[in-house]
Amino acid sequence: MDVIIIGLLLGGNYAIMAMGLQLQYGVARIMNLASGEVLVCGAFGAIWLFTAYSLSPLLALIGVVPAAFVVNWAIYWLMILPLVKRAKTQGQLEVDCILATFGLSFMAIGILLAMFGGEFLAYSYLARPFEILGQPYSLNRVVAFLCSTVLCVGLYLWLHHTRAGLTLRAVSVNPSAAGLVSINVARTSALAFALGGAVSASGGALLSMFLTFDASTGVMFTMKALVIVIMGGLGDIRGSIIAAFILGLTETAVATYIDPGLTLAAAYVLFIVILLVRPEGLLGRPSS
Amino acid sequence: MDRRSVIKLVGATALSAPFARVARAQDATVKIGVVGPRTGLMASGAAVTHFPQFKLWEHEVNARGGLKLKSGHKKVELIEYDDRSQPGETIKAVERLAADKVDFIMPIYGTGYNLAVAPVFDKLGYPQVTQAAVTDQIDTLTKRYPRLFIVQGSTTSYASSAVGVLKKLKDDGKIGNKVAVVNVADAFGIELANAGRGIFDKSGFEIVYDKSYPLGTQDLAPVMKSAKAANPDAFVAWSYPPDTFGLAELAKVENLNVKAYYSAVAVAFPAFKKKFGSAIENVLGCGGIQDSAEIRDFYKRHHDVTGVDADYWASPVYYSMLQMLTQTFESVGAMDREAITAHLKSHTFKTIIGEMDVRKQKLTRYWTVGQWQDGTFHAVAGVGFTDFKPVRLKTGWA
Repeated sequence: MDVIIIGLLLGGNYAIMAMGLQLQYGVARIMNLASGEVLVCGAFGAIWLFTAYSLSPLLALIGVVPAAFVVNWAIYWLMILPLVKRAKTQGQLEVDCILATFGLSFMAIGILLAMFGGEFLAYSYLARPFEILGQPYSLNRVVAFLCSTVLCVGLYLWLHHTRAGLTLRAVSVNPSAAGLVSINVARTSALAFALGGAVSASGGALLSMFLTFDASTGVMFTMKALVIVIMGGLGDIRGSIIAAFILGLTETAVATYIDPGLTLAAAYVLFIVILLVRPEGLLGRPSS
Repeated sequence: MDRRSVIKLVGATALSAPFARVARAQDATVKIGVVGPRTGLMASGAAVTHFPQFKLWEHEVNARGGLKLKSGHKKVELIEYDDRSQPGETIKAVERLAADKVDFIMPIYGTGYNLAVAPVFDKLGYPQVTQAAVTDQIDTLTKRYPRLFIVQGSTTSYASSAVGVLKKLKDDGKIGNKVAVVNVADAFGIELANAGRGIFDKSGFEIVYDKSYPLGTQDLAPVMKSAKAANPDAFVAWSYPPDTFGLAELAKVENLNVKAYYSAVAVAFPAFKKKFGSAIENVLGCGGIQDSAEIRDFYKRHHDVTGVDADYWASPVYYSMLQMLTQTFESVGAMDREAITAHLKSHTFKTIIGEMDVRKQKLTRYWTVGQWQDGTFHAVAGVGFTDFKPVRLKTGWA
């Protein structure tokens, strides 16, 4: 029972790490290697608001999320859109995006270093035991899990039951056909990209309650998110959510029953197995 | 010569005059190379322990007019390169500094990085003082490289003093003999765990839980829950900064009921105290300091000049090492590399941690285990020192 609850809590963390990238890569079709840095920016924002103004990281979300949305919107218009216009094929766009966002990640690291210095940043918030079935769990992890659940469910409902969501999914399936039915593709993609950035940043703010951050930790989160998005399949956020929970449960079970030293190995074995069995990911569409 | 040529000539001379002056000014400074990780895995530690030290040193030396050498007072000028936490880059940076013709190269940050550049220092003929480098290869390395000085102690000394502290508690009947041990599966963590296992065994401890976890593990809850379930009397984590924080938070949440709690790297960091406040009272870890007016003054100056709080492990040793180098440069009176090496091998130095002695190419006295007591990280064990604070028992995580 212990293992399942810890696994679910971890899975919730992973889901929120990956959700932003899923929106950006799966829907807007922009491979964003700076996704982890955006998450770290969100975390730094929350840490800064907490240490300077003792503002709860949950309240900090109110400021962090819109800020991240605006910044990512701007990044899309200024940096990504010219690449989209220039690219002749999807493949070329992906290569260009990987290079551009890789550069962007270094810029973000540099800016964070200049603003906050390179030290470890951490604070203590809700580091209290919270009992589930008589066992203590960290309250901050439980809160992060709940927020992550609300966010995932909200995003799913929005994508599948609103007109804006429908437009977004149409662009993700076929950008040129979407253009033909008078969807403003550039604007829709920008919306998905900005939303993805906002989700990543909110993930950072939530994770900052219990993880320690420094300016260079972003790449760790990008890697994890990438694994989950590819495992889950592009274009369907349910895939990423399922993949995140499978990963969380597997890692926890391996750490408890076999050896904590093998968690990383187990995660990648799982990744390889899924890719071998379903190269398009759990819920992904087979590429034409 | 027509008018235009004359104007050109005068203009060029006028323009070049400031450059000539700059060139002369540079001759008048002592150029010191600094290499370390501004970015990457090691950056967070270096931002506290490594870079601010050199800034403080430069500030203090230049504030008193510079280094007093035979040719007069010379200000110091730091030339810094980022090694991005990659040993390959560290090597390139040191070679670049040699090409810049620096007079001396300061210690590199981190064990692997210091050791990776030892052959390069040797080839280039620079004396190498290492810092933030803990290894069991001291004697082999210093024999191979006659200009190498290792100033932070051996891995085994850190493991054995940590176990020694617990053994004393056990022998005094204050704790039982069951110990849970975890370690991060990365360089220093693995070395400490390997060294520790045999020593625990010899000291009569029963290891009831012994597991490693990968660097960067997001959730250590399974580790902490399993360790707690083994019902230990003492908990030892040969850990690195991110997991030191993670484990302590979980120990607090799970209310890990041990009388002795030890975690290796980062317990001595100011951020650790900032995050946990009074909960970490009586937590043990690598490092420690012996309280003195001089050391307190050092922490104050460090904060005032660099804006960063120094740590309670390597920082005072770094500063002492820099005091040692300053005294050496001034006694030798020139930036003569062979003479500097010879001086380090034949003298002892007065520093904030007392007498510093590296005559055998390694530091003879250092603190190895500290404990948070009333908000200060006091040394409770060490090598070459005798006067320690008595160890206290952990009494909960409030």
